[in-house]
Amino acid sequence: MLTLFLILYPAVAAALLLIVKGERVKQVALVAALVELVGAVAAFAQFQPDASSQFGFDYAWINSLGIRFSAGIDGISVLLVLLTGLLVPFIILSTFNRQYDRPALFYALMLFMQAALMGVFTARDGFLFYFFFEVALIPIYFLAAMWGGENRVPVTFKFFVYTIFGSLFMLVALVYLYYQTPVTGGHHSSAIADFYQLKLTPAAQGWVFWAFFIAFAIKMPVFPFHTWQPDTYVESPTPATMLLAGIMLKMGVYGLIRFILPIVPLGVETWGKTAIILSVIGIVYGSIIAIRQRDMKRLIAYSSFSHVGLMAAGVFSQTETGMQGALIQMLAHGVNVVGMFFVADVIFSRTNTRQLDQLGGITRTTPKLTVYFMIMLLGSVALPLTNGFIGEFLLLHGVFTYNHYLGLAAGFTIIFGAVYMLRMFQKSMFGPTSVRTGTFADLTSSESLVFVPLVIMVFWMGIYPQTFLKVTEPAVVNLMKYIGASAVSLK
Amino acid sequence: MLPIVLLSVSGIGLLFLGFQKSRTLLLPAALLFLLVALAANFYDWNKTYLYFNDMLRTDNLSMVFTAIVLGSAFLVIALSTRFIEDEEAQPAEYYGIIMFSLVGAIMMISFENLIMLFVGVETLSIAMYILTGSDKRNLRSNEAALKYFLMGAFTTGIMLFGMALLYGSTGSFTLEGIAASTVNPQQGLSLLLYVGLLMLLIGLLFKVSAAPFHFWTPDVYDGAPTIFTAFMSTVVKTAGFAALFKLLSISFGGVYTFWWTILAIITAITLVVGNVTAVYQNSFKRMMSYSSISHAGYLLIGLAALGAQTKQAIVFYSLAYSVATISAFGVLLLVAQQRSTQTLSSTGLANEGFDDFNGLARQNPLLGFAMAVSMLSLAGIPLTAGFWGKFYIFSTAVERGQIWLLVVAVLMSAVGIYYYFRVIIAMYFRDGATEPIRVSPVYRYILLAATILTLVLGIAPGLLQGLF
Repeated sequence: MLTLFLILYPAVAAALLLIVKGERVKQVALVAALVELVGAVAAFAQFQPDASSQFGFDYAWINSLGIRFSAGIDGISVLLVLLTGLLVPFIILSTFNRQYDRPALFYALMLFMQAALMGVFTARDGFLFYFFFEVALIPIYFLAAMWGGENRVPVTFKFFVYTIFGSLFMLVALVYLYYQTPVTGGHHSSAIADFYQLKLTPAAQGWVFWAFFIAFAIKMPVFPFHTWQPDTYVESPTPATMLLAGIMLKMGVYGLIRFILPIVPLGVETWGKTAIILSVIGIVYGSIIAIRQRDMKRLIAYSSFSHVGLMAAGVFSQTETGMQGALIQMLAHGVNVVGMFFVADVIFSRTNTRQLDQLGGITRTTPKLTVYFMIMLLGSVALPLTNGFIGEFLLLHGVFTYNHYLGLAAGFTIIFGAVYMLRMFQKSMFGPTSVRTGTFADLTSSESLVFVPLVIMVFWMGIYPQTFLKVTEPAVVNLMKYIGASAVSLK
Repeated sequence: MLPIVLLSVSGIGLLFLGFQKSRTLLLPAALLFLLVALAANFYDWNKTYLYFNDMLRTDNLSMVFTAIVLGSAFLVIALSTRFIEDEEAQPAEYYGIIMFSLVGAIMMISFENLIMLFVGVETLSIAMYILTGSDKRNLRSNEAALKYFLMGAFTTGIMLFGMALLYGSTGSFTLEGIAASTVNPQQGLSLLLYVGLLMLLIGLLFKVSAAPFHFWTPDVYDGAPTIFTAFMSTVVKTAGFAALFKLLSISFGGVYTFWWTILAIITAITLVVGNVTAVYQNSFKRMMSYSSISHAGYLLIGLAALGAQTKQAIVFYSLAYSVATISAFGVLLLVAQQRSTQTLSSTGLANEGFDDFNGLARQNPLLGFAMAVSMLSLAGIPLTAGFWGKFYIFSTAVERGQIWLLVVAVLMSAVGIYYYFRVIIAMYFRDGATEPIRVSPVYRYILLAATILTLVLGIAPGLLQGLF
């Protein structure tokens, strides 16, 4: 029942928020999101580390087709539920010094987005998953297109059409899978667990693989489906970018783990290598472009594109470590990328520019920002004892086990990551002050408050990852039964 | 059966009411008559009756379709408040004709005999020819009516010819009678039957504006007064698909292998023509007319994949489509009346372009929201009824294994998003006139009701199941 609360409560809160007037909207939205955080933390704390689905509910939705309104939290979902619960209140807090036109609508859309994301990560029914997968697009589209930058309308529209186009193929695949399940009680079943039991022909597995993969690859994005991403990240208002990069791209990685690997192991056997190669190309390509960027937001966007490529590669390595790494890296990357975007936003709010060559010398007046920026940066470049290290190490280990050369190529992410991140830090924080950075004010207390939980997460996950690894492990072990050689021999 | 009688009587009654000088009485009277007919429609719920010497059959399915048609008519008439002020308009005649056309629609929905189908189609069509040309001093309205009439009369002839051929080959006009001779196609059916079926299909596909029989649609929808465009694109389409479904599922299930490929090709052409052409339109009303062609394409998928899910798919889709379309045309009516005077085209006529919607959501949040929800529903985005309509339709095709048709439909859905979102972008992300549009309470309630219905069906699509 906790899951039902986590999904419905933000949606209800969003509706109620629309009637709040004036300046209080921010505070009310923050309180609402903190309540959701309490729920998410409670789910994480009480989660029994086994392979079962917990805190669930199961109601009839479309009886005649056997489609059920059913969701629950298992080891694959739990970290993403925590991530969604954790990030949204701090994303809201990060806007406290900004003024957005029509604030009630702005924050309502954010909470509504949270509800849809919770639904995506907990759905146990294929069509329910699809429903939330698409619904999540509506609030983020309006957030980006109403409050975004100058070029927002065409950019966000491309994003919207691109992603919808991909997911329509997933809908076809889901309907196909639905009709493959055995008839019980007068109808087929759309439960994801029943999809795992299907024995599809190799040809069917091939096209189902691509139908799912295109949908998720666009969402993440994986090379060459990434062209919507940098522009959308740059044009969106920063809170929307945080939602997109911090949580929404995880929908794609989650989809890979939840759907592609266990449902079409033969398809993965045939096409997995292509997918890994595309991911690795994305890793290297994204990094190299990131090195050349001058705009901070665009740089972080490409770094995110590069990181998510590593997650996809790790998942397709079909190893337990790769899977574990992807799960923990999703949480770590969510924390880091939100921190980085917030740094960019803080700098932009004071200097009105994100161009690195117009910045410099900020560190002279800002001890707090420097420290927080450095910590988030070290997390991003996967320094040991920070959260990025654990995830990337496991992921690289997975890819390396799968294929040494691909592992080697993917390993460049660490070197390149250090290059572009440190370059960004150096160009913005050190050196002589420019006209714009001469009187740079340090973080306000509400801004510092955003960083505190993120920093805690960076070190907690970096020093004692066992807290998080142990909740996902049984579910991953269980999932491995449906994956790879063992599953191929079964089907 | 009761609705037919009630509607005929109320149609005559409304004509007589027109003798009164007071116009204000007509609209509530028409709405009241429709409500009574709607209630009477459910009188025979869960019973099946044959009427008029086995000419008509009422069962739950026909009652559900009738309810959709009457409900659409109710919403459309409620939005016709403008006639009260317009000196040129003759609301008594309009409402009377609408009532008669609904009688035709119900005949098409519940026919049991091809003769009845023909009478229904003609009753509905002739009423539509008149309503299309009802804006007498408008050149485009006149042109549309003439075009519609000439082409419509021609295809009616083809349809009648088809019926005659069917009678020649099967010796029967009744659905059951024809079904009896097509149930065993192995025994060798005469060529007359196939030709007759095709001609009959052409007649009906013309009415639902499937390509390549769609050429009348843009001009007629564009030229007709908007209120009647809303009526045409919902009532005629629903009745047409009810008739097609009944005809194909009862009488021609046995020769499915013959007609499904033809229908599937027509479906694919309809989807491509409707969606791709809609992209290039600059007038909202013309875009909606191509969009109605594309929705005919989606509904045809359900027919081409005739199976256990088809009935549910067509009912749900028609309902979702009708509600969203009426709500969109309702907003257009207000926008066109109060805004497009600023943007007259070279012919001096309001062009109802997308620009008229600029900034609408800021000035009139309710109108913007209603329009956005109806566009999302037509585009088939979740949280709206339109998504489940598409879902049901797609699942019929998967059940039949018609994957190639599905791929066309999926690609065209993506194209559809493009032109529906032009409206949303104009309303929400562009700046426009600062003067808010005045919305009368009736409009507010109707638009709110349509929006809520779309959202409720989008969240709980199971509400309708098991009714028919």
